[in-house]
Amino acid sequence: MSDISIAQQKYLSEKKRHHRTVICSRFLIFTLFLGLWEGSTALGFLDSFIFSSPSKVLLCFYQMLMDKSLLNHIGITLLETIVSFFLVILCALLITILLWFNQKLSETLEPYLVILNSLPKSALAPLLIVWLGANYKTIILTGMSVAIFGSILSLYTSFQSVDPEKVKLIYSLGGTRRHVMTKVILPSNIPALFSLMKVNIGLCLVGVIIGEFIAARSGLGYLIIYGSQVFKLDWVIMSIVLLCIMAMLLYALLGVAEKRYLRKL
Amino acid sequence: MEKLLELQSVGYSYHTPQGETPALININFTVCQGEFVAIVGPSGCGKSTLLSLSSGLLEPEHGSILLYGQKLFHKGSGTIGYMLQHDHLFEWRTIEQNVLLGPEIQKKLTNDRRESVLNMLKTYGLYKFKDARPSQLSGGMRQRAALIRTLALEPKLLLLDEPFSALDYQTRLMVGDDIGSIIRKEQKTAILVTHDLSEAVSLANRVIVLTKRPGTIKNIISIEFPEHLSPLERRNTPEFKDYFNLLWKEMNENE
Repeated sequence: MSDISIAQQKYLSEKKRHHRTVICSRFLIFTLFLGLWEGSTALGFLDSFIFSSPSKVLLCFYQMLMDKSLLNHIGITLLETIVSFFLVILCALLITILLWFNQKLSETLEPYLVILNSLPKSALAPLLIVWLGANYKTIILTGMSVAIFGSILSLYTSFQSVDPEKVKLIYSLGGTRRHVMTKVILPSNIPALFSLMKVNIGLCLVGVIIGEFIAARSGLGYLIIYGSQVFKLDWVIMSIVLLCIMAMLLYALLGVAEKRYLRKL
Repeated sequence: MEKLLELQSVGYSYHTPQGETPALININFTVCQGEFVAIVGPSGCGKSTLLSLSSGLLEPEHGSILLYGQKLFHKGSGTIGYMLQHDHLFEWRTIEQNVLLGPEIQKKLTNDRRESVLNMLKTYGLYKFKDARPSQLSGGMRQRAALIRTLALEPKLLLLDEPFSALDYQTRLMVGDDIGSIIRKEQKTAILVTHDLSEAVSLANRVIVLTKRPGTIKNIISIEFPEHLSPLERRNTPEFKDYFNLLWKEMNENE
């Protein structure tokens, strides 16, 4: 510390203070929100039957944890989200590679992909139930449908934007199109793939919840829709909070994987 | 001297839906073993196209290109090394992995080849950076690594497409000197495309002057300096200025 100049020390302490203020403000907003909510329902400004309350949500969480039903709901939603996420990434990558190798095919399919990407995916879910039945396949496919077309379009654009001089370099070293793909396109698009994964994990969760709304007998989506039908608003709010936490954790996990990859570079 | 590359009445045009743009017309020249030829000309005169044709990355629309008397095969097989304007070292590879990219692609990555490439890294001061990433190297070191990557396939002919243009002036002089010396030491034949006349005079044995687009050969000027002079030392001779002025005059007549 003695090596650091006074100006640098001042800069560092200002930086630290700024960081502390941001963290404290975030925490304050959260506690204030919970306090206001709890207080309003306790004092009767809000009807706890309609709006629930933090303490009731916590109690509900504890009870469902004890009767082991909650872990089942969380597990199912998590599993369906992860399966649809990996299937989206795998299918998007394979299809994009195929499109990159075949310019005519990509030009032919482009308008179809744009149309499918613009479709409101929730409109597809009832069709999928009719075709596949009210089961996990429909839910996973709904989860995939939300993310896959956008992923293909976005990945294809990333593949196309690779510096043509890098491609020329591979050809000048006697490489083929396969080498261009494996030595340049894929490695240079790993950061883009991570960004896509971070977006897709949230989208798949959204898709899975849409699927669970209409085709499930368990899962957090089912708990939300069933809770709203029988006026168990504690279930609904607890499920929403759990979904927020799940989305945050999955995003953070991908963030850690991305950081580890970037650190290796 | 043995003829290495021959261009016979070579012509090439670019095609777009808007029309055809002739880039090169009736190009004839020969490059012999051990020669260092520079190509200069106004912007857009087809210098880089000429290199792409000479490397086999493009096929001529007219005429033919012969390598050792045989028609040039499409796309490099390692006989011709191509060094681009930017080093294009891949950040996801270490320097060693970058310089071994050519042998890896061509499935020629033997222990002997690896050894000889590592020796080149040692000779040209990059060995201790072999496990480093390209971003950890200076601009000059990166260009040297890019040259070693090109030399790793032991090409008979080196094509240099403005390889120093992305560097600042001082680094450019140093790297030009380095790379010129490396090419002579490794006894390679080279064709350099540049818009810098002083670079052409300091490095080449012959300078081909192209006209503005569509490029044709306006003149071929022989550059003669004592063999032992390095590119930087050439710049300090009185002849250097004469050659420079001669080229300058040729270029301005192009306008």
